[in-house]
Amino acid sequence: MRVVAALSGGVDSAVAAARAVAAGHDVVAVHLALSRSPESHRVGARGCCTLEDARDARRIADVLGIPFYVWDMAEAFERTVISDFIAEYEAGRTPNPCVRCNEHIKFSAVLDRAIALGFDAVCTGHYAQVIAGPGGLTLHRGVDPEKDQSYVLAVLDPAKLVHVMLPIGGNTKSEIRAEAEQRGLLVAAKPDSHDICFIPDGDTAGWLRSRLGERPGQIVDVDGTVLGEHSGAYAFTVGQRRGLSLSRPSTDGEPRYVLGIEPVSGQVRVGSHDQLAVHRILATGPRWVGQVAEPGTRCLVQLRAHGTPVEAIIIESAPDLLVELTQPYFGVATGQTLVVYDGDRVVAGATIERVDQAIEVGGDR
Amino acid sequence: MAYLDHAATTSMSPASSAALIAELGQLGNPSSLHEAGRRARRIVEESREQIAAALGARPGEVVFTAGGTEADNLALKGLYWSRSAADPRRRRILVSAVEHHAVLDTAQWLADHEGAELVLLPVDGIGRVQLARVRELLSVAPADVALLSCMWANNEVGTMQPIAELAELCLEFGIPFHSDAVQAVGQVPVEFRSGISALTISGHKLGGPVGIGALVVGRDVGLTPVLHGGGQERNVRSGTLATATIAGLAAAIGEAVDQMAARAAHLSNLRDLLVGQVLRVVPDAVLNGDPVLTPAARLPNNAHFSFSGCEGDALLLLLDAQGVQCSTGSACSAGVPQPSHVLLAMGVDSVQARGSLRFSLGMTSTPADIAELVAALPGAVDRARRAGVSTVGRTA
Repeated sequence: MRVVAALSGGVDSAVAAARAVAAGHDVVAVHLALSRSPESHRVGARGCCTLEDARDARRIADVLGIPFYVWDMAEAFERTVISDFIAEYEAGRTPNPCVRCNEHIKFSAVLDRAIALGFDAVCTGHYAQVIAGPGGLTLHRGVDPEKDQSYVLAVLDPAKLVHVMLPIGGNTKSEIRAEAEQRGLLVAAKPDSHDICFIPDGDTAGWLRSRLGERPGQIVDVDGTVLGEHSGAYAFTVGQRRGLSLSRPSTDGEPRYVLGIEPVSGQVRVGSHDQLAVHRILATGPRWVGQVAEPGTRCLVQLRAHGTPVEAIIIESAPDLLVELTQPYFGVATGQTLVVYDGDRVVAGATIERVDQAIEVGGDR
Repeated sequence: MAYLDHAATTSMSPASSAALIAELGQLGNPSSLHEAGRRARRIVEESREQIAAALGARPGEVVFTAGGTEADNLALKGLYWSRSAADPRRRRILVSAVEHHAVLDTAQWLADHEGAELVLLPVDGIGRVQLARVRELLSVAPADVALLSCMWANNEVGTMQPIAELAELCLEFGIPFHSDAVQAVGQVPVEFRSGISALTISGHKLGGPVGIGALVVGRDVGLTPVLHGGGQERNVRSGTLATATIAGLAAAIGEAVDQMAARAAHLSNLRDLLVGQVLRVVPDAVLNGDPVLTPAARLPNNAHFSFSGCEGDALLLLLDAQGVQCSTGSACSAGVPQPSHVLLAMGVDSVQARGSLRFSLGMTSTPADIAELVAALPGAVDRARRAGVSTVGRTA
């Protein structure tokens, strides 16, 4: 096969590309330029698109003896991932930019371009597995529970999976590092990137402040009593406990958590841990990796990246996805992705729109 | 395998590599007074004389540098600092809009950090500086001008600049004139003529080694040093002289200038073949730069095309996969594709600019290279066209 290997400059994509080469594919390395801002080139040691990463990626391609190109996706990245990120926070939601990047950039713009240029597949260093079964290709969790990235790939439908190569999902991170070492890839010891790649210093609230400005608002309890002030609701996420800086302690002496964010007024509602409990979740735009699940199907759902999957029953599967959790879940942020699993198999991914009472008052059901 | 990127770097000539290799095993710092030093010094000075002779300069006017970029930096910074120190009114730096980044970015740096005012000299649709505009810009306030810099020939589209006329203009207004002749030497006559204050040359573009170049600087031209240290090269460029690469550079320039007519004929014959063949197999390709294919108008080794509806990067990838090596323009953009500032300055729109490729020939090029290109190009253009310009960054 003719394969485009996306090389970030990190160890995972390096080993993925090396394996594609070793498997005898005709591999071309592509590094995505996702940022044009010189800051993230120079400051960022923790992000994943610094100039240093681009050099590392080029060096990996040289070691593997494959051509290397930089594809400039900065404009599309800004237009899809970054603008969505800002708009979502502005709307009081908590987006997952990695999901959006996989949806709009890696497995869309990059894949489309690769196919158009005569390639058969895009190969990445995601910890997830594409498995061929009797019913076609299915997407599964990576075997390393610490690193599994199937959650952020739950936008891949079977038509896409045909063109997706995930060579490292069957291994643990330590195995991949050892293999990188053994293959002489100099990035074997490079630290993992954890943060949002376009916010290299990890200060998401500060980054949003620079884009959205100060937006003062109130912090209120469930009765509407004002407990404090904040300078921008975008600094808060449902379930968050730290950084509330409330002027008075709660009456019961228990910690306060963010329960919700009202986008128009910028009001941040806080309450007790119990009040975070969620039983029903409505998620929009489900993408089914294979067949649409029947209502009544028991499944597992994961509600944030690296979150623990919990049992649920699918109440409705079209046009939107409505699930009932077997046990209450504490802290569900709208805007996050809900991924439905059958064991380790990804069944569907959708964007969390409303929870519990909000579903009833939403008006359309 | 067809290498059609000789403007990026070209093969070393046998004479140059022989001179380089002969000197690599030798001991001696040309600045030392003892015998080993004297021996090395003799090589350096003979090389200097050979280079000066090839360019119509005096030996004392040749200042060795580590390459073209350093020579351009020395010319612009050195002239600007020297001229503005002598008269603080001299702040304007006039450079053509199609300069190599070594000149453009240096001028921009002087504007950003040293109080210079950068004035870009506009070019016409084929990339040639408009003399009437230059005269206007100079005559506004000639006393405010620190220097003028314009390349001898453009590295992307091959357009020759009106160097003699610019030199006359600068003489008339009493302004130092620098010209980056990196692409021109060895292909077209380059003379360090009256009116030119400084001239940049580079080894690896003309069959010499990489890592060596020179700035030819008139004896009466004040130049503030950029590198300080041991005071070599008239105290203008400190650093131990690189005897071996200097010998290699001299051999390459000597050979290139001696054989210029034959070289130009070889290159332009192949180039004319390439242009004709490309237009035959891709009839809607657009030749950028001067359509007059004479050495007075256009570098003999240069062909540059736009392919409408294509991404240059996609074409490059597809041709590379077929063993055809070319460039989307200057290789210096850190791998991130940007529309060429040269094409934009010529008035080409940014979409067409991004769909462009440069093919540049060298002394080792053959008709077989062109045949390979011609075999691979139509398929690559077809596929790149189907991939289109819009697939880049298209949302799902």
